[in-house]
Amino acid sequence: MHIQEELSQRHVLSLTVSNEAGILARIAGLFTARGYNIDSLTVADITDDHAISRITIVTGGPPKVIDQIIAQLDRLVPVHKVTDLTENGPFVERELALVKVAGTGEDRIEALRLADVFRAKVVDTTIGSFIFEITGTTEKIDNFVGLMRQIGLVEVGRTGVVGLIRGKEPN
Amino acid sequence: MAEKSGADILVECLVDLGVEVVFGYPGGAVLPIYDALYNHPTIKHVLVRHEQGATHMAEGYARSTGKPGVVLVTSGPGATNAVTGITDALMDSIPMVVITGQVPTQLIGTDAFQEADTIGITRHCTKHNYLVKTPGKLAEVIHEAFHIATTGRPGPVVIDIPKNVQIATAPYAKPELKVHASYHPQTKADAAGIDAAVEMLAAAERPILYTGGGVINSGPQATALLRELAALTGAPVTSTLMGLGAFPASSDQWMGMLGMHGTYEANWAMNQADLILCVGARFDDRVTGRLDAFAPNSRKIHIDIDRSSINKIVEVDVAVVADVASALDDIISLWKQRGHQKADLTEWWARIAGWRARKSLDYAENGTEIMPQRAIADLYKACQATGKDVIITTEVGQHQMWAAQHFGFDAPNKWLTSGGLGTMGYGFPAAIGAQMGNPGSLAICIAGDASVQMNIQELGTATQYRLPVKLFILNNEYMGMVRQWQELTYESRYSNSYSDSLPDFVKLGEAYGWTGIRIEGPQELEAGIRQMLETPGPVIVDCRVAKLSNCFPMIPSGAAHTEMLLDPSQVEGVMSDEAKALV
Repeated sequence: MHIQEELSQRHVLSLTVSNEAGILARIAGLFTARGYNIDSLTVADITDDHAISRITIVTGGPPKVIDQIIAQLDRLVPVHKVTDLTENGPFVERELALVKVAGTGEDRIEALRLADVFRAKVVDTTIGSFIFEITGTTEKIDNFVGLMRQIGLVEVGRTGVVGLIRGKEPN
Repeated sequence: MAEKSGADILVECLVDLGVEVVFGYPGGAVLPIYDALYNHPTIKHVLVRHEQGATHMAEGYARSTGKPGVVLVTSGPGATNAVTGITDALMDSIPMVVITGQVPTQLIGTDAFQEADTIGITRHCTKHNYLVKTPGKLAEVIHEAFHIATTGRPGPVVIDIPKNVQIATAPYAKPELKVHASYHPQTKADAAGIDAAVEMLAAAERPILYTGGGVINSGPQATALLRELAALTGAPVTSTLMGLGAFPASSDQWMGMLGMHGTYEANWAMNQADLILCVGARFDDRVTGRLDAFAPNSRKIHIDIDRSSINKIVEVDVAVVADVASALDDIISLWKQRGHQKADLTEWWARIAGWRARKSLDYAENGTEIMPQRAIADLYKACQATGKDVIITTEVGQHQMWAAQHFGFDAPNKWLTSGGLGTMGYGFPAAIGAQMGNPGSLAICIAGDASVQMNIQELGTATQYRLPVKLFILNNEYMGMVRQWQELTYESRYSNSYSDSLPDFVKLGEAYGWTGIRIEGPQELEAGIRQMLETPGPVIVDCRVAKLSNCFPMIPSGAAHTEMLLDPSQVEGVMSDEAKALV
């Protein structure tokens, strides 16, 4: 007998939650306990009084599983609202990355040229290295990092995705 | 404003919330609370012998009274011992509040003596949990905890209180109920769902009501409305293990339990129905059998207060997110308003009569051994003859299924069993808790020789509080259900399922001050049961039953409702790896 894998779809979920101790563990733990995937997760408080946080989760699964994830998240007492941006779109999603690249001579110039194409900013430099700051979709950052890998990628730090529904209505 | 210590605030809140009984066990980190409870005029503390016992007692108390069960245990091992019962309450939606002591706040995270990360450990086996770091927050947390435990889909809530928070003082006034703005369970159904449900019910040719524990959780009104809906539609009614008693077993429309050990007629009716109305049940794997063959030609309506239960396992045509009583009330009102009449279900009932004629619960007797089914049936008869209010609890295993099959329940809250988690060791403490909450009732635990030993230490608790519980052990010297699966799946290789070195249950009971009775053969059965019921005080019965009986009917794992095994002759003794791998 062999274990069979199911096909998976990428979804971006946006949650508002009470900003209280353990909330992140509650959400992350729900994903592990029920066998759901987290591709990325970001969290920060978003109100003046720091009472509410927004959590953006990129997850994957068949449609039925995505529905379950939303229903299960909604069941947690401190969760105010769960929005599936992928279902309720169109929406904007952005990720920020810091990309450290080392190299000299032609590699260094090529790195700068590519950074220009991707509208990445240089935020640190030494004689033998740059740190680029780049924002964009996950795909754009993947592409940029892929190119830098051929030039002399040292390391990458990424924030994970944040997203909002387009237009004037709240998520 | 007067200042009170955290421990006093807690006790005052419990009084305000109407708590009468607390099941608990003292220890270092709850000493201030125990001091505040010392000689308390209204709160009775039941001293258990193991914290797991306290949680199951609280569950038994809650399930039989409809009130939340309250547990008080110390930090570290006190809290970790309570985890099984907390998880059990989560799976079966039992309202319970568990108060755990914690090491003082300045020691949290230092691996202090009897420290455990109770909040971390119980985060995913509670409906919600709290660590209270200041006495000023305590009152509002306690009130919110009881609210959350008892509303929406009920469940366990843990409040972890560090020892210094129990001693420190804060100004106290009885708090207003302040609940998380994000907590608002939907109890009233959307009109569209009700409308669709009524029309589908009216148009159905082969309807069936599939009911569950949610009907009982919803309260007595829900059970009354279920009976009314059954009368209006004339549909057959089946139930999950957790829902037994919501619909009277004495009714002509009662089909018996469905699922793995359900009746032939209930499972075939589910399979052949054109409409399934699921009321407060959750399409558990014990109920559905093989999913792709589950009720293939039916439309389905699902009433559940928990949205996440809907479409979790089986996709339904109409979702009704609501409290059962509210939804049934809406359905019945609209049914009457539209002037719907009971459809002609003669043909459907004729088919059901054919399935019933298979008499799937029948069993063969040999005259020399007590068949366990006979022991339950005789117990049922004897209980009815007493005219008393009877509450039955069970442990987990074959005896549990036989009890569900052969004991008839006509009222809710009289059948307490561990359904979701399947916790051996549940039934005996649950009977103690039920007896505590229902002093005038006859609380009987139907147990097996193996599972009763999982919380046997609570014999002392019943003795201490003079609780006249009856412990009826079907002793077949095996973990019977494990042995049955080994017989069906592993060619009768009985790996570690024999109950070796069993205690003498009669002497064990007597050592704790109980009356002990042994029933050894069919000719002793009736008199032994009568003696148990007539003896005042707690009684333990060692009823020796046939050792190798199997529980039928049975849907083997990986099989469909239509592939039930009705008797031992159909057992092959081997199973495919795919079937073996299912739970």
